[in-house]
Amino acid sequence: MYDLVWLLPALPFAGFLVLTLGGPRISRGACAWIACSTVGISTAIMLAFAVGFLIHPPAEHAHTLTLWRWIPLEAVGIPFSLRLDTLSQAMASVITGVGFLIHLYSTEYMKMDPDYNRFFAYLNLFVGFMLLLVLADNFVLLLVGWEGVGLCSYLLIGFWYRDPANGRAARKAFVVTRIGDAALLIGIFLIFAELGTLHIPEVLALAPERWELGSGVALAAALLILGGAVGKSAQLPLQTWLPDAMAGPTPVSALIHAATMVTAGVYLIARTHGLFELAPPAMQTVAVIGSVTLFTAACAALVQRDIKRVLAYSTISQIGYMFLALGVGAWAGALFHFMTHAWFKALLFLAAGAVINALHHEQDLFRMGGLRKKLPLVFWTFLIGAACLAALPLVTSGFYSKEKLLWDVWISPYGGPWFWAVAMAGAFVTALYSARLVALVFFGPARTQVSARPGGRVGFVLVILAIWSLIGGGIELPHTFAHVTVFSDFVAMTIPTLVELPPGLDAQLWTLLAVASVIVVAGATLGAWLYGAGAPAREALAARTGAVHRFLMNGWEFDRLYDTILVRPYVRLAEWNRADGVDKAVFLITGLTRAAHVAIQRTQHGQLRRYAAGVATGAVIILLIMLFQ
Amino acid sequence: MILFWLIALPALGGVFALLAGRRSPEAARWISIAALAAGFALAIPYLGRATETGWLAEFSLPWIPRLGISFHLAMDGLSLLLVLLTYLLGILSVVVSWRSIDRRVGFFHFNMLWILTGTIGVFIATDLFLFFFFWELMVLPMFLVIGIWGHENRNYAAIKFFIFTQASGLLLLVAIVGLAFAHFHTTGVLTFHYDELLGAELTAVAQMWLMLGFFVAFAVKVPAFPFHTWLADAHSEAPTGGSVILAGVLLKTGGYGLIRFVVPLFPEASAAFAPYAMAMGVAGILYGAKLAFAQSDLKRLIAYTSISHMGFILLGVFSWNELALQGSVVQMICHGFSTGALFILAGCLYDRIHTRDLSRMGGFRDQAPRMAALGLFFAMASLGLPGLGNFIGEFLVLVGAFQASVPLTVLATLGVVAAAVYSLWIVQRVFHGTPHSSSRITDLNLREFGALAVLLIGLLWFGLYPKPLLDTADKPLRELRNHASERFERATELRRHGEAVFRIPDPGAQTHPVRRTDAPETHRHSAATIALP
Amino acid sequence: MIAEIPMEHGLLIAAVLFCLGLLGLLVRRNLIIMLISVEIMLNAAGLAFIVAGAHWGQPDGQVMFIFILTMAAAEVAVGLAVILQFYWKHHSLDADLASTMKG
Repeated sequence: MYDLVWLLPALPFAGFLVLTLGGPRISRGACAWIACSTVGISTAIMLAFAVGFLIHPPAEHAHTLTLWRWIPLEAVGIPFSLRLDTLSQAMASVITGVGFLIHLYSTEYMKMDPDYNRFFAYLNLFVGFMLLLVLADNFVLLLVGWEGVGLCSYLLIGFWYRDPANGRAARKAFVVTRIGDAALLIGIFLIFAELGTLHIPEVLALAPERWELGSGVALAAALLILGGAVGKSAQLPLQTWLPDAMAGPTPVSALIHAATMVTAGVYLIARTHGLFELAPPAMQTVAVIGSVTLFTAACAALVQRDIKRVLAYSTISQIGYMFLALGVGAWAGALFHFMTHAWFKALLFLAAGAVINALHHEQDLFRMGGLRKKLPLVFWTFLIGAACLAALPLVTSGFYSKEKLLWDVWISPYGGPWFWAVAMAGAFVTALYSARLVALVFFGPARTQVSARPGGRVGFVLVILAIWSLIGGGIELPHTFAHVTVFSDFVAMTIPTLVELPPGLDAQLWTLLAVASVIVVAGATLGAWLYGAGAPAREALAARTGAVHRFLMNGWEFDRLYDTILVRPYVRLAEWNRADGVDKAVFLITGLTRAAHVAIQRTQHGQLRRYAAGVATGAVIILLIMLFQ
Repeated sequence: MILFWLIALPALGGVFALLAGRRSPEAARWISIAALAAGFALAIPYLGRATETGWLAEFSLPWIPRLGISFHLAMDGLSLLLVLLTYLLGILSVVVSWRSIDRRVGFFHFNMLWILTGTIGVFIATDLFLFFFFWELMVLPMFLVIGIWGHENRNYAAIKFFIFTQASGLLLLVAIVGLAFAHFHTTGVLTFHYDELLGAELTAVAQMWLMLGFFVAFAVKVPAFPFHTWLADAHSEAPTGGSVILAGVLLKTGGYGLIRFVVPLFPEASAAFAPYAMAMGVAGILYGAKLAFAQSDLKRLIAYTSISHMGFILLGVFSWNELALQGSVVQMICHGFSTGALFILAGCLYDRIHTRDLSRMGGFRDQAPRMAALGLFFAMASLGLPGLGNFIGEFLVLVGAFQASVPLTVLATLGVVAAAVYSLWIVQRVFHGTPHSSSRITDLNLREFGALAVLLIGLLWFGLYPKPLLDTADKPLRELRNHASERFERATELRRHGEAVFRIPDPGAQTHPVRRTDAPETHRHSAATIALP
Repeated sequence: MIAEIPMEHGLLIAAVLFCLGLLGLLVRRNLIIMLISVEIMLNAAGLAFIVAGAHWGQPDGQVMFIFILTMAAAEVAVGLAVILQFYWKHHSLDADLASTMKG
């Protein structure tokens, strides 16, 4: 059965091909059917695999399918082969499941767009590449998926290509992630040079044999891979592209820039966990990057005016949590949070999309308001999403995944109270801005007229995602609640658990849970008050902290920094040397030749007698030379 | 005999096209296509035999026996790939010139076919004198193509092209003759035959100078930084067909020369020079990418991307290991495809809006979605998107080069970022953005679409299933490595340990590591004096 | 009788004649005079041949002189024709007028 794994990426690719080659000849209805059914079938196959793995896992908990010999050389033989294990399944199930729902949502959301077919073609292409990325069993094939999703991200951010600003955002996304990709490439070269293979399981098996714990090579390899992950997952210092990426259509933001592609970095680190385990400083770096990102991005999310930018910063922040978990070795914790985050963040984006559509493409939070009554379905689903984001205790999946993550951070030998404290601070801010979102959009006076209401398919998708966001946390519960460890057991089939739970810490766990709950509830309450009844106090505060406000608004001014130290110097250099200085140097030779020409030209005066004199002089000189030799 | 026909077909086709062109331009075009297609069909069957050892085919006629010069042709997998590339791009360049060339059509096709004749000759000549003959044969018709059918600034570009290639050709001639005489002095046999010269005993000094002669000639053609300045003018001023041939095929003769001649003939000298050559490659990658980004002329931009891409070949060849060499070969083929396609697109745009100025383009996706889709595809190929052929080439080169030099490879890898910048810039400037009000364009017609589709399929194929390509190049590259790797690596070791592999002219004390102990003393002296004119 | 004159004297006369011819060629602008100067130089060379031939007792010197004589005749014929053309064109015999072929 598992040999059918090639169908997973092949179906969406086929959908892409049909839609591209068919072009405008395919009707909208047919297009929607093709796009949704390919991803839908992939989803079904994926679910069958997952169930199969849970009931009766294959030998070594993995199944490899080699499709063809791709780069067969003596020094390295790279097959085009897919590997199905629990890690790739965890990813693939989210990609196909959420992907399918977003396809369904888009059939309605994009119905007014003239480029309907192109949109679905790109969307299908994206799902195909993303599946290739998580199913690849060697680094080169992984790169195909890795860059492929980058391409789709570029295409979809710049989907409305007539506006140059969209094009700029799209290019920024591609180029910034490419900087990370360059690091990843170098990392791959290093791994190959040291281990002689690019097959990921082999690399993980060989690395501990060849490299000592804490060796420089392992550190370099891990850090370079981290570079790639940081770029793709929009973590510090390469996070600047994600807020701008919101220029794309909202379903794209939900699928690519929230649920799936941006978490590819998390996947990559989880996939190469063995290398990171060999390099504790690299683990520390991951944790530090994660915690700094989660806090800075949360602060930036707090002050944004654009609803999608709030969600974008919150995505950066949530992925920061995942990185923190990865950095302390809590593989299952990171992936669990990835999963719940995919649901509730997709839900938030899609609900936000419904709001934006209803308000005639208005994205400014301060021009929304009072939608609770007019769009009740959207309100309730958005509220559930926001509650998950804030990790409201007990009822939301976000709570369970974040608590597992935080608990792992607390007890892990790589983690500790400091990381936990930063994460808690982030959680407080997260609750604050989640409440702010809900308050500004759905409460208070209505500031813009509702011009459209979401239809059946949008509503259906929102409800499904909301239900998942509420109950999805049930696959993994804190052991003090009940002993449910379905997800971590599933992941542990592929990645051995690093953070072992010491016994007898129940009291601690209870305390932490309580503290976290109190902080989250406090944050949410404060947010609700500030953006509801306490508005005057908020405005007074805002008036006094204008500079800080602007600083956070611009995402800690990273854009300006990079603009000053990288972009503008490069552009200026390019402008300055547009005509190629080397060419000028070549003209030096031309100039010399010309000067010599002018000098020698004088002798060519055309006077017979002087030529004769020249001949005579020459003859005399030759005679003299012969005489005195 | 088939090898002879590989050369004779385009040559004769050219003559017939010239004659027919006086009566009917259409006939000249069809004759050219027929001649090239016939050559292509003749060469194709050799693909299946590419795993055989030695030459796949040989052809020899005596020419100037007194000087050891013969009309000797031979083909192996490496030559075969490039010959096929030449024929394919030749056909496409005739196809895309169908409407845009309307003056002196017969003569145009004569020149195009004679360029191809020269190029194919370069790829399959195994007599160095014959090689030089074909090397020069390429230049003159190209000069005419640029000079007669080019854009506004064509005379300047044509003369620049001519001077650069002629000057480097002179160096090549001197080096070839020097090599033959050095070989004569050690063995007493005067020959220009590649196989025999391959084992020539040379002193360190002679090797260095001869290597540099060959290297500079090929580096100008590749073109390597800082010898690249002719390229931007020649590419941007040439007519579409000429640009396709120039970028797709002519540049490859340089890469081919580096692989076939420079390192195998002079392993120690190459090893000593390798860091500089690789640095030139990296400089070309970064510098070309930077220049490309700054251009406002579309064809000029594409021309500079060529410099960037061809830098990988220099980097790969002088790393001299299996991965890097295979990567260089793949990169040569795929660069021919992707850049050829971009030039065809630029030509299609020029036919429609009569400008190459990017500031007068924009928003063409509205009116020409097919062109936009293809433009996007080839821009992606040129930035090295994994899954397309160029990625295989670049990746293999970089993996191989990493084993030769870590810092240079790291710098070269930064080139992928720069490549993204300029490739996306093309897409943005030409196809995206708000439509330019003054320009209305039609989408690609079937002829143009067909030509580009061939290249698209090729790039996808090489990206997803490069095995045939790699297998075909495997045997010849293996033989070249068998021949040179040991000496190359020994010299590299010495260089790494800080020993001077070469000390420049000191004929009295010849204690160079390169010295072969079995060579008689007198021979070494005489060879050294030849190399020091 | 002749044998009593030393060869050096003959050669000296030839050299003097040659220098005179050369001098005439360089300082005079009249083409006819220049042609005559060339003739003088040729004859100087001829004299040197004769003297050398007489010194060695070989006929080669005289043979060469005959050659020079015929060549000089041919040269004068061509030269005069050119001069005539020149005169028709410029109405002058000034050699410096013929300087259009300068670089």
